[in-house]
Amino acid sequence: MLTIEGLNTYYGRAHILADLALQANPGEVVVLLGRNGAGKSTTMKSVIGMVPAQSGAMTFDGTRIDRMASHHIARLGLGYVPEERRIFTDLTVMENLAVGKQPPRDGAPTWTPERLFELFPNLGRMKDRPGGRMSGGEQQMLTIARTLMGNPRLILLDEPSEGLAPVIVEQMAKTILQLKDEGLCVLLSEQNLHFAQMVADRAYIIEKGRIRYSGTMAELAANAAVREQYLSV
Amino acid sequence: MAARPSGRGHFFPSFFPRVAALLANIVIQFMNGLAGASSLFLVAAGLSIIFGVSRIVNFAHGSLYMLGVYLAYSLIEFFGRSSIFGFWGGVLGAAIAVGLIGVVIEVLVLRRIYRAPELFQLLATFALVLVIKDAALYFWGAEDLVGPRAAGLRGAVEIMGKRFPQYDLVLIAIGPLVLGLLWLLLNRTRWGTLVRAATQDREMVGALGVNQSGLFTSVFFLGAFLAGLGGAVQIPREPAQLMLDITVISDAFVVVVVGGMGSIGGAFLAALLIAQAKAFCIGIGDVSIFGATLSFTKFTLVVEFVIMAIVLVVRPLGLLGKLQGAQRGAATVEPPLYPLTRPFWIAVVGLVALLALMPLGGDDYLLVLLIDIAVFSVFAATLHFLMGPSGMVSFGHAAYFGLGCYGAALALLKLKLPMELALLAAPLASGLGALVFGWFCVRLSGVYLAMLTLAFAQISWSVIYQWDAFTGGSNGLVGLWPSEWLKDRTAFYLFTLALCAASIIFLWRVVHAPFGYVLRAGRDSALRADAIGIDVRRFQWYGFILAGVFAGLAGGLFAFSKGSISPETLAVSRSVDGLVMVLLGGVQTLTGPVAGAAVFTWLQDSIARNTEYWRAILGLAILVIVLAFPQGIAGFLKQATARFTSAREREVVR
Repeated sequence: MLTIEGLNTYYGRAHILADLALQANPGEVVVLLGRNGAGKSTTMKSVIGMVPAQSGAMTFDGTRIDRMASHHIARLGLGYVPEERRIFTDLTVMENLAVGKQPPRDGAPTWTPERLFELFPNLGRMKDRPGGRMSGGEQQMLTIARTLMGNPRLILLDEPSEGLAPVIVEQMAKTILQLKDEGLCVLLSEQNLHFAQMVADRAYIIEKGRIRYSGTMAELAANAAVREQYLSV
Repeated sequence: MAARPSGRGHFFPSFFPRVAALLANIVIQFMNGLAGASSLFLVAAGLSIIFGVSRIVNFAHGSLYMLGVYLAYSLIEFFGRSSIFGFWGGVLGAAIAVGLIGVVIEVLVLRRIYRAPELFQLLATFALVLVIKDAALYFWGAEDLVGPRAAGLRGAVEIMGKRFPQYDLVLIAIGPLVLGLLWLLLNRTRWGTLVRAATQDREMVGALGVNQSGLFTSVFFLGAFLAGLGGAVQIPREPAQLMLDITVISDAFVVVVVGGMGSIGGAFLAALLIAQAKAFCIGIGDVSIFGATLSFTKFTLVVEFVIMAIVLVVRPLGLLGKLQGAQRGAATVEPPLYPLTRPFWIAVVGLVALLALMPLGGDDYLLVLLIDIAVFSVFAATLHFLMGPSGMVSFGHAAYFGLGCYGAALALLKLKLPMELALLAAPLASGLGALVFGWFCVRLSGVYLAMLTLAFAQISWSVIYQWDAFTGGSNGLVGLWPSEWLKDRTAFYLFTLALCAASIIFLWRVVHAPFGYVLRAGRDSALRADAIGIDVRRFQWYGFILAGVFAGLAGGLFAFSKGSISPETLAVSRSVDGLVMVLLGGVQTLTGPVAGAAVFTWLQDSIARNTEYWRAILGLAILVIVLAFPQGIAGFLKQATARFTSAREREVVR
């Protein structure tokens, strides 16, 4: 569904991503694991077109998306949930959802505010609240809901568990599995191996902008050496 | 005050009619204020909406207003000035036409530079001001055009025994009407939701699948339409003339800043407040207090700036303004300045030596030009010192240049000081001005700071312009000649060159001294600088004063090189010239402003000698430069060499 090959990204002269390659298949939850500064967020931003890629090929459902403007990529059915959430704080919950709205899409679940409020009951209770007056967990729900309004086929979740209380993290994991059941493909980035193990089918480990390991979650669970080398703090 | 009884015996018989007359006067002035507020609000609302979404401070907004006035004049003539359709068709047609011109500007110019540094976008809109002014000159000529009165609304109504124009009643209604419509548009439509979202984080809006260019273009249409409408509805009240662009843009800036950047409601309140203040100043007229005549009519020129200065000091974000984060995805980080190396200094010494040899050529005209270039290089270098290392953009830097001019001139003419001492009075006067104005300015940052500097510049200009007895008013001062030993052109040239080169080198050294580090630290992160014990505000104040002192020195030299000065020396256009010089050269380099000053002065001089339309040519030249080299001339050269070396490095790695 999403294929990245030989991706190189620079910030000025700093080489952030080096020959990065990964793949996400329909119906899968794939996790990109790595420490702070490994290049996880940059990978996500490169896919959605916020950070221009120097070289490499990215295809989404057979369409080349490198060199494309963000809004074109989003219109192909690729949803992006940023790490910093980036809620429109002056806009109400309903208005935030309205910004993300796109027409229904073949092969992807169609979302309405009502359906999203079933998924995130808290949001349904604060429809007219400005985004700036919500807790971090509520904002995280809203940012996912806002992206889902675009009826994506694949959703990029950048560190969704970051900064959330343990009980909310568990809720988040449940939500991601529900999205998978709806038929969505999910590519998420994480530092939290425990969280990744709750939701993901496969994992890539990234360090200094390079993919160092890839395998199923079961394989990773069995491989203590890799976990020790790349993930322990 | 007019109601003061003239004698005890007549107190009661004369009191009530006088109070009634006073009351009627107040009501009429209030209505006048309301009518004036509408058009002011329309322009300011357009400016505010454009700024919100694009984060571009559109200096050409006043020019769009001016086009609205001119187009309304022509369209009403075309449709027929005696029919109601002719008048309102002309007004609406003009507004739509200006909206479309806004679209053309957005698509052809601004769209290409959204990712360029903020100040560069500013430069592009300055260039548009120049081009539009000359286009208006070409199409409509230099004469004021008195517009038709509104068909069907030519009469007056009687209010408390006074006559009030019918048309002004319609104007009073237009303001609140447009406010209501804008509110509905922004809060009750999907388009409005997208605009408000993009105002906050346009990159995220794009990532959610919204085409930003379409959104930006439509926002520009709306903003320009409002400016055009604001101008068009004024045609029965004020003649179409070429100065409107600058006066209106400063009014609109003031309204937007007083109301709070990005707040439409705030703009409405501020427009009311300022229009009322102006109306009352005109209404009160001249008043005698303790024998001295105080002219409130003259005060109209500055009253809005006084209000702005007060509001900004009390409520730094404006009446209804909210703290707006920097627009996401548009942040540009200032690269560090490279230390000044020995080859650099050798080049500087070589250049100064070469310039010192210029009189040998015997070309007197060249020397005049080089004196101008030297003076404006210092002016640009001081402005750059504020904008670059200190991170304080000034829209009113000409104030310090002009205070220097007048300081030197008045010391020579009124205090009868010798020229050498009078020249010393220049930096003293401008430094004193910077000390007072700077104390207020450093309390603000960003666009607000820029606007406050503009306010102080306008206040200084207006005082000098109106104080005929002391400053010569609009005629300026003449008879400013250097001492005997500097009478010779060559001597004066060498004297100027030496002082200017020393000033510029001193400023460069300061940037690389600990004081300069402190300023740059404060610019890059005021909070962190504060946290390590730097009193950022105090150092910014010192920086402000330093820049003011040297700008004044440049002004003093300018005065003696010309022999006469006028209020032009501290007009808005002079401040704009300074900004263009700095931005043209590139704000990210130390040498840029000097290069920019040289190119600008030379261009202005050589084009102005050959054509009436030098502004348009200059503007078009700037636009070409902006679109071709979005980093400035010096920035472009630096980037080109950097790209060249990094490409080579990459080859090596492979």
